[in-house]
Amino acid sequence: MLLAEQLLNGLQYGMMLFLMAAGLTLVFGVMGLINLAHGALYMVGAFACAVVAASTGSFWLGLVASLAVAAAAGALVEMLVIRRLYNRDHLDQVLATFALILVFSEGTRWLFGDFPLYLKLPPALSGAITLPGGLQYPFFRLVIILVGAVVALGLWLLISRTRLGIRIRAGEADREMIGALGVDIAKLYTIVFALGAALAGLAGGLVGSIQSVQVGMGEPVLILAFVVIVIGGIGSIKGALVGALLVGMTDTLGKAVIPGLFARVMDTASANTTGSAVASMLIYILMAVVLLVRPQGLFGARV
Amino acid sequence: MTMNREFIINIMIFGLLIAVGIGAHLAGQGFTVTLATKVAILGLAGVGLNLALGYGGLVSFGHAAFFGIGGYAAGVLASHAANGDPLMFGFGGSNQMLVIWPVAMLAAGFAALMIGALSLRTSGVYFIMVTLAFAQMIYYFAISWPRYGGEDGLSFYVRNAFPGMNTLKPIEYFTICASLLGLALVFSGLVTQSRFGLALQSIRQNPQRATAVGIRATPVRLTTFVISAMITALAGALYADLNRFVSPSMFSWHMSGEIMVFVILGGVGRLCGPIAGAAMFILLEHLLGKVSDHWQALLGLMLLGIVLFAPGGLIGLITKGLDALRKEKADV
Repeated sequence: MLLAEQLLNGLQYGMMLFLMAAGLTLVFGVMGLINLAHGALYMVGAFACAVVAASTGSFWLGLVASLAVAAAAGALVEMLVIRRLYNRDHLDQVLATFALILVFSEGTRWLFGDFPLYLKLPPALSGAITLPGGLQYPFFRLVIILVGAVVALGLWLLISRTRLGIRIRAGEADREMIGALGVDIAKLYTIVFALGAALAGLAGGLVGSIQSVQVGMGEPVLILAFVVIVIGGIGSIKGALVGALLVGMTDTLGKAVIPGLFARVMDTASANTTGSAVASMLIYILMAVVLLVRPQGLFGARV
Repeated sequence: MTMNREFIINIMIFGLLIAVGIGAHLAGQGFTVTLATKVAILGLAGVGLNLALGYGGLVSFGHAAFFGIGGYAAGVLASHAANGDPLMFGFGGSNQMLVIWPVAMLAAGFAALMIGALSLRTSGVYFIMVTLAFAQMIYYFAISWPRYGGEDGLSFYVRNAFPGMNTLKPIEYFTICASLLGLALVFSGLVTQSRFGLALQSIRQNPQRATAVGIRATPVRLTTFVISAMITALAGALYADLNRFVSPSMFSWHMSGEIMVFVILGGVGRLCGPIAGAAMFILLEHLLGKVSDHWQALLGLMLLGIVLFAPGGLIGLITKGLDALRKEKADV
């Protein structure tokens, strides 16, 4: 029963990571850009959700705001800064987006201060429900799993079935060619970047509702999203989904199981400390193993 | 010709640092001496990274790992020496810098060998992210390992000792740090002009051609990565002694980002670039910090401006300015 709960927790964590990683991998696949500021957009989404939800009293409006504000911030940043970086090497991209993080974090701290904000869930979403088998599980976490699944399905439909999706795939393959065929590349890139930002913002709004909303919340998640797309293969949405679920499960189950396993061979106190230290390294070990076997990631095409 | 001019600029930058340190000491400005010491140490960390990043084209976003390992080597050895608790194999720790430095460098070199061997299987953006992820792994390990302070870090009350020096006096510690920086610069300059360094740079410029003339890329890159990590670890050990405190934040990705900023700000692949970069960073931090609590936002905007409009960094700007001057003179 406990294991089932941990599995659901892992699934929920994985889905949240997928929302982050999808945007990151899309932006890299289409534009060839490493965006360290993706975590800042996650933070922007969380703050937008918290502020709008607090002032209107509606959590739903807050979620819409997290999508809209993050998308707008993404589009703005793309037009002002990011588009000057497409032809630069990765080093310049890392430095410029690192600078953007400083600007976003300090800007948010200036507006909202250092204290964390808390979001209140509407009654319809809070509380626990009883699953078949008698397991009590928080309803909102199930909602996050559901949202992740819907987004994954929606992205797949978008990429494989719509005209925009065709353009995105064509842009990945050959940007000069689709430009020559009359597609407005600048606009396409802005749309893709805003889409990725909106997904990050949505993840921020959702996670902000179960944790707290504060400056710097985006960076740990950003690093995990990097691990996810390295495991899944950079540029692949399918890889992002598989990688996110793997990382979510490994991390959650590792933290739940490993200290117990260590306790069988050593005393409880040192098993707890050693176990949790090892558990916190587990996903990076997973990444190292994947890289040893497949340097291009599970679903990556190129190195 | 350009080598020559760059040599002069390098001497000027290093000389300026020494002059500021000594001048501040003579004027009784202990705090400025400490700031100059900080520039020397962080510049040294950058000199280490520059070897991999600038000359080898290996964009490591995880050098905080080595900086932190160096720092923790100093902290752990000093704490064992202070409380008399044996560390391992009957070895009781040490408060001698001459013991701490080699330990710090060897530990980081070993870590770099493992991390590099795995990471160099990848290239480009994968390499950036993988090095970042390995550094994060060590960061989380340091946080969740309570033996040496965990999240709170580890402080030690007396700076470690160097024979014949009083390391607690700002000017004497500055002398130690600046001398090591000078040694690292000479070493770095010699390496990059050696046969090995030329091979390294040819691999960066064109891996296929380098392979075709018989240079095996991976061993050269791995060796560079290890040397680069060892220099950065030395800087980490010095930084720990400067603050008499180590914490997991030395491992954090912000630290990796900052070391990278020193290198890029000064000019990638320029010998003294990291010193110029670190000096500018610390000066900005110091000056903007007085203007506003939110100086990091200003710093971010300035960094953006430099990346977008002044690729080549500070030294690039200076050499360009000199070129323009010379041209003007020639025209007259």
